[in-house]
Amino acid sequence: MTPLVTDHIIQVTYLAATVLFILALKWMSAPSTARRGVWAGELGMALAIGGTLFDRGIIDYHWIAIALVVGSIIGVPLGLVHMTAVPQRTALSHAFGAFSVALVGTAEFYLRSPHISHFMMSVLSMEVILGSLTVTGSLMAAGKLQEVLPQRPITFKGQNVVNLSILALAVVVAVYLVLHPEQKRLFPVLIAMPLIFGVLMIVPIGGADMPTVISLLNAYAGLSAAAMGFALDSKLLIIAGALDGSSGFILSVIMSKAMNRSFTNVLFGAFGQIKATAAAAHEAPAVRTATAEEAAGILAAANSVIIVPGYGMAVAQAQHKVRELYEALNKRGVTVKFGIHPVAGRMPGHMNVLLAEADIPYDKLLDMDAINSEFPETDVVLVIGANDVTNPAARKDHGSPIYGMPILDVDKARTVMVIKRSMSPGFAGIDNELYYLPKTLMLFGDARAFVGDIVRELGGGQH
Amino acid sequence: MTADLITSLYVFLLAAFLGFEVIKRVSPLLHTPLMSLTNALDAIAVVGAIVILGERKSPLSTVLGALAVGASISNVVGGFLITDRMLKMFKTTKTKKS
Repeated sequence: MTPLVTDHIIQVTYLAATVLFILALKWMSAPSTARRGVWAGELGMALAIGGTLFDRGIIDYHWIAIALVVGSIIGVPLGLVHMTAVPQRTALSHAFGAFSVALVGTAEFYLRSPHISHFMMSVLSMEVILGSLTVTGSLMAAGKLQEVLPQRPITFKGQNVVNLSILALAVVVAVYLVLHPEQKRLFPVLIAMPLIFGVLMIVPIGGADMPTVISLLNAYAGLSAAAMGFALDSKLLIIAGALDGSSGFILSVIMSKAMNRSFTNVLFGAFGQIKATAAAAHEAPAVRTATAEEAAGILAAANSVIIVPGYGMAVAQAQHKVRELYEALNKRGVTVKFGIHPVAGRMPGHMNVLLAEADIPYDKLLDMDAINSEFPETDVVLVIGANDVTNPAARKDHGSPIYGMPILDVDKARTVMVIKRSMSPGFAGIDNELYYLPKTLMLFGDARAFVGDIVRELGGGQH
Repeated sequence: MTADLITSLYVFLLAAFLGFEVIKRVSPLLHTPLMSLTNALDAIAVVGAIVILGERKSPLSTVLGALAVGASISNVVGGFLITDRMLKMFKTTKTKKS
């Protein structure tokens, strides 16, 4: 083949890959077409990689083959993790993607220096800064989600000033390198500063902020890949990076809105601290409790039940018991639906995946806007391991730290039952007045064990 | 260079707008698989890494390129695999009974 023909082949495969990627995202809009989207993405990826192998610059395929095989072998277990580990796996894959982008940027710099145009150096700097901070930020997030790092937000005085100074230093170095691309000794600083910033950025972030943060890291990973596309003059990379970046950005906006907070507030707010003081001032009145037997009786007598799951359900791995409860109630003619808050869990859509894994049909999983109008006509709401997203204080208590956050209006149902380990406040550190309402019954215990007991009382499930 | 830059900026902006419009329509049900899918697509960075590795212009670029190819291809494989596993689990009341 002549060189011109191979170039054309590469361009055609890239064009096809671009179209397939866009179709992949379009097909993700509904569960019925979503798997087709995955296939389109796979085909596009295979075409693009296949086309790239024709690149005339490639003189040695030996190491490419080895790296592709080793990387694929590492990828398989990352694709087979348990569904409860999906948030940390996602954080880890943000780190991997950004790692790759930062490495390519670094390699490009040392290959081209000192002959780098202002424009090229600007995009390389952006690529390396965004890539590096996403690597350490995502690793920190994965560590917190895997609970190898403390999940509690860690704050200190002047934190934001220190963090922003480090990032500013990286930007100053980047500007200097744009003007003096021959200063190779400065390049390690351009890598190191964002790496440190990435760590410090996640230190003050608490568990319940993870959905926003994971989405934000997703956006950064996408933007760094787009910057790489500018550096390599690859339209395919620019488009893939822009799509990933906008996806991460949209999810971050949805998550922040669902918590009634701005990005800056998530990143610089260290939520947990403010709330801890609000909790201390409160004197806890008595609550009503119920046993599994009583709870089963109330559920069996209901016509309609809405189950509201939260992170506590994921921690207790209670989703399969919840499915048994769903089936036992269905068998008795009780209508059961699920009300899912956008930030329930540790990443966008977390609860849906866990409940789908437990074989609960997705047409029973309703998001906040769809379910909220149904609470007043609902006999029983069963809250499993969710706290702040059900707190009526968000609706009416102007002094509450979560005031204004959209919540699931579970308190409007006729009876509310809450499965909870103890009365200790949740992530927010604020009391939930829902627990003290006369219509509320507290079911103290481990979510999985308690739901299992209810199922047994209803005479269903396997034991 | 400037003409290329301008074209690239157009491409970036159009792709970002297209991304917003398409992804806005994704059901909240599927936000987790959406993130793992975009992650896998984003690993298209592998094509840049393959060229850097294959060109073997310097020992440093070869080592960095090899690591980059490995990291992105693991995202490709793992990302598509887990997205498909998740999506397979989503069933409606009807499909479940049939």
